[in-house]
Amino acid sequence: MKNASGSVAGGGLKLGVLLMATPLLLWLLLLVILPHLDLLMVSLRERISYGKYAFSFTNYIEFFTEPLYWNTYVRTATMSILATALTLVIGFPISYYIAKVMRGRGKSVLFLMCLIPFWVSELVRTFGWMILLRESGVISHFLQWAGLVDGPVEMLYNDVTIMVGLVYTSMLFMVVPLVSVLDSLDDSLIEAGYDLGGNAFTVTRDIVIPHAMPGIASGCIVVFMLTLGNYLTPNLLGGKSSLWFTEQIYTQFITRFNWESGSAFGFLLLVLSSLIVWLGLKLSRQTLSDTVG
Amino acid sequence: MSKNTGSLRATMFGVSALAGVMMLAGTAQAEELRLLTWGGYAPDDVIQMFEKETGIDVEVTLSNNEDMISKLRATGGGGFDLAQPSQDRIAGAQMEYGIYKPMDLSKVDAAQFIPSMLAATKTNTTVDGKVYGLPHIWGTSGLVVDTKKAADVKDYTDLCNDSVAGKVSYRLKRPTLIGFAFAMGMDPFAAYTDEAKYQEILDKVQEKLIECKPNVKTYWEGGDALLNLVRSGEVVAAMAWDTGGWKLNNDNADITFVAPKSGALGWVDTFALPRKSENEDAAYKWINFVMQPEIAAKITASAGNFTASKGADDFAEDKLKAQFKNSFPQEALDNIKWYPPVPAGLETLEGKALDRVKAAQ
Amino acid sequence: MADQFDLECRDVVKKFGQFTAVDQVSLTIPQGSFFSILGPSGCGKTTLLRMLAGFIEPTAGDILIKGKSVLGVAPNRRPVNMVFQHLALFPMMNVAQNVAYGLRRRGVGRATIDKKVAETLARVGLPDSGQKQISQLSGGQKQRIAIARCLVLEPAVLLLDEPLGALDLKLREHMKVELKQLQHEIGTTFVYITHDQSEALVMSDQVAVMNAGRFEQVGTPQELYYQPDTPFVAGFVGESNRWQGTFETVADGKAIIRLDSGGVIYTDPTQVTNPDLVAGQRMDVFVRPEAITIAAKGQGPVATSGLNAMQGRVENLLFNGAASSVQLRETTTGHEMNVALPQTGAFAGLRNGDELDLSWSAGQTKCFPNTKPAQADASGEAVA
Repeated sequence: MKNASGSVAGGGLKLGVLLMATPLLLWLLLLVILPHLDLLMVSLRERISYGKYAFSFTNYIEFFTEPLYWNTYVRTATMSILATALTLVIGFPISYYIAKVMRGRGKSVLFLMCLIPFWVSELVRTFGWMILLRESGVISHFLQWAGLVDGPVEMLYNDVTIMVGLVYTSMLFMVVPLVSVLDSLDDSLIEAGYDLGGNAFTVTRDIVIPHAMPGIASGCIVVFMLTLGNYLTPNLLGGKSSLWFTEQIYTQFITRFNWESGSAFGFLLLVLSSLIVWLGLKLSRQTLSDTVG
Repeated sequence: MSKNTGSLRATMFGVSALAGVMMLAGTAQAEELRLLTWGGYAPDDVIQMFEKETGIDVEVTLSNNEDMISKLRATGGGGFDLAQPSQDRIAGAQMEYGIYKPMDLSKVDAAQFIPSMLAATKTNTTVDGKVYGLPHIWGTSGLVVDTKKAADVKDYTDLCNDSVAGKVSYRLKRPTLIGFAFAMGMDPFAAYTDEAKYQEILDKVQEKLIECKPNVKTYWEGGDALLNLVRSGEVVAAMAWDTGGWKLNNDNADITFVAPKSGALGWVDTFALPRKSENEDAAYKWINFVMQPEIAAKITASAGNFTASKGADDFAEDKLKAQFKNSFPQEALDNIKWYPPVPAGLETLEGKALDRVKAAQ
Repeated sequence: MADQFDLECRDVVKKFGQFTAVDQVSLTIPQGSFFSILGPSGCGKTTLLRMLAGFIEPTAGDILIKGKSVLGVAPNRRPVNMVFQHLALFPMMNVAQNVAYGLRRRGVGRATIDKKVAETLARVGLPDSGQKQISQLSGGQKQRIAIARCLVLEPAVLLLDEPLGALDLKLREHMKVELKQLQHEIGTTFVYITHDQSEALVMSDQVAVMNAGRFEQVGTPQELYYQPDTPFVAGFVGESNRWQGTFETVADGKAIIRLDSGGVIYTDPTQVTNPDLVAGQRMDVFVRPEAITIAAKGQGPVATSGLNAMQGRVENLLFNGAASSVQLRETTTGHEMNVALPQTGAFAGLRNGDELDLSWSAGQTKCFPNTKPAQADASGEAVA
């Protein structure tokens, strides 16, 4: 009897777990696995004529033989890594300040200020930058008013602007994990570092950064992914030479109706981001479970 | 629908099923027309009049040519009851993806259409002997120029003049390729059927565009963004639609639309029935409704372009008519290059040319 | 003169806004001694310690280490090191790296570092633990590594911020002895802050009792226990039975205090630190539980001017081996008392409700004039 009721309870539990897991499984299956499988299949076929397709590696071969795609791919990766590094370099002191220096109200206010830009959509934010930086924009006018420049200055449509936009867009996603990981750093560890003869540099290098490593890694992964997959910012701020890989994918899908090569490019981007994240984790000696856990 | 997109469709179906179930309850009762169209083609006052007369709700989704094809392709021609692609983009998309269904001409009041335009559109949108499109709104693309600051810009290739360096903008889209080809003395439309020849033209245009790149401030994407650039004076000459030029002309008399020497590019946006249109009757009612001259004039006022409705010109605003006359003297009007249907596959060639232009440093 | 002291504070004051955390504290710590600062939480002892370490600067006053003022000297330049409350071992480094950290910062050669680390680890009794991770250590081992990490730098003064607080009781008892021994062996001056009087009494050469930002009394543990200067010290150090009453008169060389709850207590007038004793002065009276002798009912001595005698009924037996005690209710005054049981086991058969005779000599009774209103100290009742 006891056994029976036990197994019933066990069965009920299993069913409960299964029910709880259903949304997750459905999500994984319908929104993650199936579309990717489909993407892979579409990427492996070639258009023969109206409505006729055959299995082929053409789309991938084309990617590797056409320098344009290849260059855009490498450029996107390099710029994304650079943007991630810049976001980290700028975000770290900010996070440290929020987590360790500010107290009470000031802390939440500062944190909120990091958050406020994200209350509006990315499009609006990017247009905000355009209003500031364009030739007839705020900064250009200010510089002329201050007598620092003679004529209007165009600050849009170059790589530096793309970088500024990307860093700005990504900042929150770096600051949040960093603040939480730095918050968890016991102040006395920092004090002990100083007490034992360390200075600001060595304490940061030997104690703060090693402690913050999981946060740094997760922040970098998120920022890198977001940057790599960003479409609006490079497109709008970069102007005539923006050349971003997602833009290429979008073009293939939407304006060229070339789902086949768009899928292949999408897959290659997935491979690229996975590869770089894996490399980053290896280099920083972090594991994915440390980072996301 | 052809088999090729079946697997993706299955996926999409799975995803949208949930959303579909949720939406079903709310939308099932009232009769509805889901319209996939361009900005300004279905103004609120017209929709209200239509709803009053027929009791049919109109739900408008704004789009553009590429987006329309992509949307309909993804659903196999579902999700909308009436679409408004350009006439040159129907036949190719229909042969490739089968996203439209033939028009039942008996349900349309043909007398309301300008006969020549109706005939031309029918010809261009016929696949396997069936007509897939009827003309609605037509217009041209050419040059929007600040005539004071860029007086020497008369043709597409003039955008590469030193006098306007850094103050020029155009799109990296197919009209730019076509326009430059005409301005360079070639006829891309004649080469539509000959891929090799077309490629040759593209190569030359590509070279010109790369050479011209330093002159360009930015390649514009959205119409509003371009209007802003011209309005602020950051751009003094651009390739754009005629309506944009006229709109700017309202604020600044110096700026207007100029029909290029080699000819403005003429387009006609149509009515086409998506293959899975659920309310064909409403679609035909809408077509017959908006083609009435008074209604068509309202749409002209909102979109800025003239319609294929016979007699609607009488109701159009005088200012617009004046602007039109100003931009199109008779010879310019005769010189408009109307887009023939785009054969499938050309877009891939064009895309690569555009990519190379964009990538060039 | 100043050179004899490892550490000296002169009228150190620290204010946080309106709040004075440390108020006019002066102290001198001779070389090689174990000095404790004992006080309840919030008394300012941690603030004082952090000023010594250099993490905060005093508002006024001076701090001297080895005779030199260290005002304005950053923590990493002061010849003091600190063992933190939660030890603050670096979890990202192994044991040897933790111990070597300070030496590396000083730019000491690698060979020297290795040698010194090995020596220091041996000295704290963990010679082979260098390669262990911090998480692999037990609480006591962590304690020792934290101390080793400081000692390897041979500081003039080692500051310890309640480092035993996190340990369980048994380990804490053990570490008390070990710390004292370690300090004795190496001869470094230790400044130890704690709220646990037993830690302070067992380990220290000198203890400063701190309350509300001030030092109440500085002395050896024995002095604090047997000759408290203030009622706070009498109440805070060790256990006491406490009464409040009014001074009546001196008779036979004994002061007579009339208790608020009834009855009188005789105390030695020399115990009263304030010489200006006047009739009607409010008094606090303290008697240690072990000073009270118990006898079966009717067998105890009769009260005289040199001897206090009371009766009580057993309310609670607190058996704790040699440290057993009994809680009683005094018959006439109704006052609760705590009395140590003799270690002989003579009263092993005691039960709740039994009545006992209690007595203690006037000389064992400490009393202090109480300047505060009668009720204010009531919270500190009897067993402190």
